[in-house]
Amino acid sequence: MNALETVVRDAEIIVTCGSGGVGKTTAAAAIALHAASTGKRVVVVTIDPARRLADAFGLPGGLGNEPTRVDLGDAPVNTTGELWAMMLDPTTTFDGLVRQYAESPERAERILANAFYRNIAGALSGTQEYMAAEKLFQLHRDDRFDLVVVDTPPSRNALDFLDAPATLTRFINHRLFRLMMLPARGGLKVLNIAAQPVLRTIGKVVGGDVLADAIAFFQAFEGMEAGFRDRADAVSALLHSSVTSYVLVASPRRDTVEEARYLAGRLIESKLPVAAVIVNRLQPRFGASSATDAAAKAESLAAKQPDVAALWRNLAELGALADAEEAVIEPLVVATDPDAVRRVPLLRDDVHDLAGLHDIAAHLFGPDTAVR
Amino acid sequence: MDSRQFFGAARLVIVAGKGGVGKTTVTAALARAAADAGLHVLAVELEGKPALAEVLTGTEVEVTTITASEALADYLDDHGLKRVSKRLASSGIIDVVATAAPGIDDIVVLGKLKQLEMLGEYDLIVVDGPAAGHAVTFLLSARGLLDTVRGGPIRKQAQDVLDMFNDPKRCQVLLVSLPETTPINELIETAYAVEEKVGVQLGPVIINGVDRGDPITVTATTKASAELLAAAEFRNHRRVAQQAELARLNNDLALTQMVLPQLPVAGVTAEDLGVLAAALVEQVGLLAG
Repeated sequence: MNALETVVRDAEIIVTCGSGGVGKTTAAAAIALHAASTGKRVVVVTIDPARRLADAFGLPGGLGNEPTRVDLGDAPVNTTGELWAMMLDPTTTFDGLVRQYAESPERAERILANAFYRNIAGALSGTQEYMAAEKLFQLHRDDRFDLVVVDTPPSRNALDFLDAPATLTRFINHRLFRLMMLPARGGLKVLNIAAQPVLRTIGKVVGGDVLADAIAFFQAFEGMEAGFRDRADAVSALLHSSVTSYVLVASPRRDTVEEARYLAGRLIESKLPVAAVIVNRLQPRFGASSATDAAAKAESLAAKQPDVAALWRNLAELGALADAEEAVIEPLVVATDPDAVRRVPLLRDDVHDLAGLHDIAAHLFGPDTAVR
Repeated sequence: MDSRQFFGAARLVIVAGKGGVGKTTVTAALARAAADAGLHVLAVELEGKPALAEVLTGTEVEVTTITASEALADYLDDHGLKRVSKRLASSGIIDVVATAAPGIDDIVVLGKLKQLEMLGEYDLIVVDGPAAGHAVTFLLSARGLLDTVRGGPIRKQAQDVLDMFNDPKRCQVLLVSLPETTPINELIETAYAVEEKVGVQLGPVIINGVDRGDPITVTATTKASAELLAAAEFRNHRRVAQQAELARLNNDLALTQMVLPQLPVAGVTAEDLGVLAAALVEQVGLLAG
């Protein structure tokens, strides 16, 4: 049983992480598809707003913030297996949290209508990551699913995801907001912005009305922090528990390999083992000849059989590319566990349907013949 | 077209594209090619790892980094708020301010770029733009702030940045992609969004990692092993698919295309950069003047 098969058998949550453009979403989808074929009821959550996953799953209406069942057609799926897919909508998820923790529907509506809140829900860095974690928490509790597979948001640091619950709590507890809320706590009717140099400065920069919105938000939000904080702690605990497995995804480029190594280090630091490493889009090898032998062969045939020489030259070029890529990914292979590395070759065509995902899954879960 | 004329077409060039398409590589190649053509070039990275400085060491290109918190601090200094600026910038307040008025972190960075552009010290300032889907929001921040901030210095800043965007001699955006279906789709979407909503001039699109070359011909008389034939078929198939994507892009987007060759392993090194810069210069030579 290879490393990924073990992950699919044992984990309740699988998180794929890596830099943008390495194929995280496709990897998550292929893992979910395979898990469904082993009889699991799986939901795959994507954060990528691109339409290609919906297209690959044959869902012309696209994906929404609630899971949609994917028709697996006549694919060889175990009778109990189900595949569901959804796309995270951070704003809707955040709105749901506010409704849940507000002391009254009126207060929830006041918050939801506040311009400052709309900014937090839509644009604050870290919100998307936190809402991904929150959604994962909800789906994990949902009886409909045995396994949740999620790809991490394309943030500058893919593991912001892990820190996101804490980041948001820190934001809400920021010294500045304490300051904004002081007058309300003191029972003063009029908020004296001018008395606070920091607020006065911010007011000068962004304008008084923007600041007034912020203050109104924090006043409405008061009393909800504890609920939010407890929830954030629970989400964080789930992400750090043994039911959650982390799968790194890289492509044979210097930068994505470096990022994956960095992520591996961060995971290990947080005592979160790297369950498997996927390297996507590796140049496939053809036959057993080395690049140097192929080049020599091309040279010797150049005069007599130019057409065959051209074929050897091509083999030499592709072989050299495969060698160079293998050298680039080596540090990652060594730094993690060589047995946990799954290599997926560059396919003839881009993945755009279930057949393509099955193809990827075959490389992830089949015998390791792909490129070595 | 003459290289100096091409690379000096706009004083500020923002390079944009999704993660993994080689935006930093293209920024560096462009800076290097422009410097080789005799222009005084500044390359700017916006955040993160100092990748540009590393690969551009030993060239004539100057490199600098602009971050939102430093730009905000400078901005406050310039507006007579020096006393509080340090404290604001250092206590992570940029997040708070940026939440109160989204786009403010972007606008102070754009304001800084505008300042550099106005100085006129450089013939070309090339910016390794923000990653992922952030490019459009980054460029849209000026217009968005005009709608939300009704007065004051930030509004003026946003107006100045928009003026710069609307002058193709001052600023252009250069989009980067790979010759594959999804990246090309994203490039087309971004191009329309940038042109319609931001009104900034788009320069040529740059397609990175193209496997150029003639098809490998196999005839009925070619005597070769199955592996040799499979390898040739694979390469031909990928090349045809790449060319089909380039043709589709050409059809959907009326912008000049420039291609950079596939390197043995993607990701910039100083040696690679010479190859890429030369490829750019070669294609500039083929453009009509």
